[in-house]
Amino acid sequence: MSDLLPLLTQQLFNGLSLGAIYALIAIGYTMVYGIIGMINFAHGEIYMIGAYVGLVTLSAIGIGSGVPIPLMILAMLVVAVLVTAVYGFAVEKIAYAPLRNSPRLVPLISAIGMSIFLQNWVATGQGARDMAVPSLVTGSLEFTMGASDFTVTAPYSRIMIILVTIVMMIGLSLFIKYSRTGQASRACSQDLRMANLLGIDTSRIISITFVIGAMLAAVGGVLIALAIGKLNPFIGFIAGIKAFTAAVLGGIGSIPGAMLGGVLLGLAETFAAAFISSQYKDIVAFMLLVLILLFRPTGLLGKPEVEKV
Amino acid sequence: MSQTIKNALVAALMAGVIIAPVFGLQILRRGQETYLQPDWKMIIGGMLIIFVVQMLRPLWKRRKTGTKRLQIPAITDSIRRKVILVLVLFALVWPFFTGRAQVDIATLVLIYVMLGLGLNIVVGYAGLLDLGFVGFYAVGAYTYALLYHWLGWSFWEALPFSGMVSAFFGYILGFPVLRLRGDYLAIVTLGFGEIIRLLLINLYDFTGGPDGVSGIPKPSFLGYQLTRRSLDGTPTFHEAFGIPFNSEHVVIYLYLLALILVLITLFVTSRLIRMPIGRAWEALREDEIACRSLGLNPRNIKLSAFTMGAMFAGFGGAFFAARQGLVNPESFTFIESALILAIVVLGGMGSQVGVILAAVLLTVVPELAREFAEYRMLIFGLVMVVMMVWRPQGLLPMKRPQVELES
Repeated sequence: MSDLLPLLTQQLFNGLSLGAIYALIAIGYTMVYGIIGMINFAHGEIYMIGAYVGLVTLSAIGIGSGVPIPLMILAMLVVAVLVTAVYGFAVEKIAYAPLRNSPRLVPLISAIGMSIFLQNWVATGQGARDMAVPSLVTGSLEFTMGASDFTVTAPYSRIMIILVTIVMMIGLSLFIKYSRTGQASRACSQDLRMANLLGIDTSRIISITFVIGAMLAAVGGVLIALAIGKLNPFIGFIAGIKAFTAAVLGGIGSIPGAMLGGVLLGLAETFAAAFISSQYKDIVAFMLLVLILLFRPTGLLGKPEVEKV
Repeated sequence: MSQTIKNALVAALMAGVIIAPVFGLQILRRGQETYLQPDWKMIIGGMLIIFVVQMLRPLWKRRKTGTKRLQIPAITDSIRRKVILVLVLFALVWPFFTGRAQVDIATLVLIYVMLGLGLNIVVGYAGLLDLGFVGFYAVGAYTYALLYHWLGWSFWEALPFSGMVSAFFGYILGFPVLRLRGDYLAIVTLGFGEIIRLLLINLYDFTGGPDGVSGIPKPSFLGYQLTRRSLDGTPTFHEAFGIPFNSEHVVIYLYLLALILVLITLFVTSRLIRMPIGRAWEALREDEIACRSLGLNPRNIKLSAFTMGAMFAGFGGAFFAARQGLVNPESFTFIESALILAIVVLGGMGSQVGVILAAVLLTVVPELAREFAEYRMLIFGLVMVVMMVWRPQGLLPMKRPQVELES
């Protein structure tokens, strides 16, 4: 019993930092779904590209150049966010905008094609193998707990994930709630056609939604690359599906839901890895997705959707 | 005009931003240090191309109206029968006059035709986007592999079981999920496909884990094996027929088997679509609410399509296992599902001729263009997007069977 509490604390921390990344990606899914009702399958790839752009920026500055580390990380985040914003915009304009009024499956297939294209785009450009990311943030916060002096380790890179994610979430919530664009985007997610009739430039709002989603995913990509220390062009696929699971878990279309879902999924996965087997953590995530969709398709915070004639 | 130039400039700038971090600046490592190798030609070239394309786009757009789209020409039944007969005869005779490599590729094409026809039932007819189709293919392949490995069953004994087990999986997995709406269904099936693959990797003692099962025997011909030496004392094919051993025999035999399986699949699916159940699939695809109000049970109808598609995937899987001689989870990734889906989509959902054409295109073209192998998946993804934007109904869209009044 005395060992359980520190172990739980450790897993809670691991789960939170993993969940923060899922939450950052999940927001992109949920916002796009909320407005145009489509699954942006290529979103996971944007996250992967964000991580690569971060690494390119880091290499451009050079590790031994004497630039202070916080500034370096800031530069990585800013460049990654700007580049992936362009990616998000372009993906929407090329693969989804021409399909606005077609049957549901058509944009989904186009999105799958886009996802495969982007994966191999990076694999061809930067090579398909694992690439090492130099660790900028080293060291960790350690403290002992419990009777048996179990050491709980909290690496600073993972603490950074949690802190940056919280800042981003607060910023996004304020933006959605108070800015003119944010209000317009909420109106669009309630009723796209009505919003259009009332003079909102809906195609601009849709573009902005993709751009915001891409930016948040890029932040997640850069942070996770720094924490894990390696990346390859195929990390986006699994991360994307899990983030989608998180979005569905929280109730797709709901932004607070995506945050909650991300954290819950991260926790579920780390606890499954700790107490069942780390090989089964992906299976647990997929099972969770299937079970939620079966028993509560609207998620925890979602609104039920009734199909009408 | 100035608006066009402005748009084109913005587009070119964006292209630069998109190309630069991936192709323009290669990350290289030297010892501990990573550094960048810029490739300005690539960046500038890409930007120029986009600029020119954007400048020309308004001209192209104006001309687009009024183009006629290609469709399968309507032909009468008697001509169609003759054409099919000629094609089948050609397919039967052809392998005896070409090389071993070509026949081998043709066998691969036939496996994809079979998978495409199976998925066509689910996606094309019933309109259910199944992204985990490869899971059923894996179940079929592993059923034969494991029945051989643990019980020593032969291909012919295991084949019906492969289809049955896959169909059973399709049934039990389809049962809970088929009330979900289109895109949720797609994601859940994707989840199932991945779960099946992960289980195959992790159930090490039963499935052999990442190494899979190897040494799976090829099918026998009326009980005679097509190997050089007999495995269990029974006479082999060349001994029984008194002909010299030729390793090409087994390749041709596998091809002919695949051809027969494909013909059976073709026959069954083309009959199914004319039966009440097939009509119900299509009705459901077009309008679920209308179907329900007419007293059709959507779940049972969807389930029948799902199970049927899974069964054909199972047959395809068993044949795949026999042809390869080994199965491992690597062969059953999501990309494989996407490839089969691309075959159905490219061919035109619901169109059997289209599926066959697309399977040939997507398998033979990469074989011919080996030097572009590294761009294969890149182009493949692009083709999927372009097809959806430009021609979502596929290369050869299905012509609806309809009754016309004779005047």
